[in-house]
Amino acid sequence: MISLAGRDISHAWGKFVFTGIGLGLLIGVTLSMAGIYRGMVDDAKALLDNSGADLWVVQQDTLGPYAESSSIYDDQYRGILSMAGVARAANVTYFTMQVRLGDNDVRAMVVGIVPGGPGQPGYLVAGRHITRSHYEAVADMATGFALGDRIRIRRNLYTVVGLTRRMVSSGGDPMVFIPLKDAQEAQFLKDNDAIVQQRRRTAANPAFDRPSVPGLLDAVIASQSTNPYVNAVLVQLKPGHGPDQVADTIRRWKRLQVYTRMEMEKILVGKLIATSARQIGMFLVILSVVSAAIVAFIIYTLTLGKIREIAVLKLIGTKNRTIAGMILQQAVALGIIGFIVGKTAAFFWAPVFPKYVLLLPGDAVRGFLAVMMICVLASVLAIRVALKVDPAEAIGG
Amino acid sequence: MADICESGICIESLRKRYGKGETAVDALKGVDMQVAPGEVVGLIGPSGSGKSTLLKCLGAVIEPTGGRMILGGGVIYDDGWKISDLRALRRDKIGFIFQAPYLIPFLNVTDNVALLPMLAGKANGDARKRALELLDALDVVHRAKAMPPQLSGGEQQRVAIARALVNRPPVILADEPTAPLDSERALSVIEILNQMARQYETAIIVVTHDEKIIPTFKRIYQIRDGHTQETAGEGKMVHNTKNGLLSA
Ligand SMILES: Nc1ncnc2c1ncn2[C@@H]1O[C@H](COP(=O)(O)OP(=O)(O)OP(=O)(O)O)[C@@H](O)[C@H]1O
Ligand SMILES: [Mg+2]
Repeated sequence: MISLAGRDISHAWGKFVFTGIGLGLLIGVTLSMAGIYRGMVDDAKALLDNSGADLWVVQQDTLGPYAESSSIYDDQYRGILSMAGVARAANVTYFTMQVRLGDNDVRAMVVGIVPGGPGQPGYLVAGRHITRSHYEAVADMATGFALGDRIRIRRNLYTVVGLTRRMVSSGGDPMVFIPLKDAQEAQFLKDNDAIVQQRRRTAANPAFDRPSVPGLLDAVIASQSTNPYVNAVLVQLKPGHGPDQVADTIRRWKRLQVYTRMEMEKILVGKLIATSARQIGMFLVILSVVSAAIVAFIIYTLTLGKIREIAVLKLIGTKNRTIAGMILQQAVALGIIGFIVGKTAAFFWAPVFPKYVLLLPGDAVRGFLAVMMICVLASVLAIRVALKVDPAEAIGG
Repeated sequence: MADICESGICIESLRKRYGKGETAVDALKGVDMQVAPGEVVGLIGPSGSGKSTLLKCLGAVIEPTGGRMILGGGVIYDDGWKISDLRALRRDKIGFIFQAPYLIPFLNVTDNVALLPMLAGKANGDARKRALELLDALDVVHRAKAMPPQLSGGEQQRVAIARALVNRPPVILADEPTAPLDSERALSVIEILNQMARQYETAIIVVTHDEKIIPTFKRIYQIRDGHTQETAGEGKMVHNTKNGLLSA
């Protein structure tokens, strides 16, 4: 027996290939959507891995420092350092802003780190770590900065001394690391007018301006213009100490919130990117429905165009099963062409996306199965029409 | 004519009513007809007289309302179908030729013909061999690899005849097979049918309106008001080979 479906496809291959390409681009978009979600999860994990921390100590009753803002005093880390099981602890600040290089600016997450402490990037692709406590920066390659560039954060200029790769915030913004002291200042920094105004207000306040207590006014002004806060303390554990145990101790004694690596991942994936994930899920559903509709429509029209041939085939004794098989095979062939085109398209356009797109082989397999299922379902309509064709139609009036 | 019923086509008081109640149409009201193996008979009648209805009943695509039909020696209908697999009956016992060739456009000429033996379970090679033999007999073998739309109307109709013959059915039903053809080609188609009927011992019924070919039948059934009436035809043989439509 010859393959009727195969002959029909090779007879009308142009139609098949073009619809296959159209369907394929749609499948490519679907695969990329899944890849965008995977990329977001992977970015979140990279963010946690790259911080090098076992525990995150943040303000009480917050989901900080990534999902909510958190602010704690910058001397808390000393107490934490002295606790059992804690190997290293360091302050860290995060804030997202525009970082300027010449006339351009790049949206980046500026991370204030203690040079040499936890929170400093683990691996540099070029240059060196920050060694001075002022005006040096390590930037992610995605910022487009190069070694030796002088970048501006608020009013200060920083020299890029090192470059990292895949250090991004959960929002996908590349990171720029600067010394903690600078970061604290930058986070708090007011413009000159505001500083002058604040000094005047303080000086005009009789409670502070007391000639009988010399130096009080200066001390108050000094305390107003420094920032004693950081966003979190990153903790590394001594070997042999369980994260939950140490986290409990810190929670109890310091009255701060502590998250382990696992809890942090849950917060990032479950809370921070949950809405985006649902958004993407919605897209996937719509794209699947659209693909199904397209396959169904194409197979349906192809079948309607063959009603006469189907009537003849039935009249000369072709089994219903053979005819249904022909339509089903065509739908599946269309799906296979579409999937190959889609997978190839996704492979080539994924690196061009501004955010990380992670194409997992497992997703491709799931996508392929979904495409096959959609094609089978989509051919049902056409098969029903074909089976209803009356062989008497071939004889005519 | 009991001997005809043993191998040809034998129809006894066949009736067919379309619809029910007031709108019912009695298309066939008791048709009697016999066609011997090797014989080509004409079936004529005014429009709406029931010619197509008769072919559809014989072709087992619609169910008659009553009567008896015997094809190739087997009772297929006797106030009800006597055969469970009508599809296999159509495939193995009946060849169909239509007004238009209705070839499968995505199969080449050989496979259009070979498809039937393949459907009946023959190996591809055997099926194609048999198809090529017939295409040769019908003088279209030089177009064996072509696709149907690349053939002339007459060539297409000859391929359709090859398809009707390929499973060596005892019966061939042709509904206006010459309608789209000019008179030379029409006559050559009838010539071919006569030749094939003799060669393969096939009983052939040709429904036609076509004045050009009516004189070629030896026997003609006229259908009117749902009844058939047999008349003798002129039985003029045509030997139209002048433009090579036929092989000698
Ligand atoms: N499916 C149907 N339902 C109801 N009536 C039908 C149906 N098919 C045919 N008829 C009626 O049965 C009668 C015979 O029709 P049939 O098609 O057999 O005529 P015909 O001899 O083939 O005519 P023509 O030469 O025009 O093709 C007509 O009156 C027609 O209206
Ligand atoms: Mg008719």
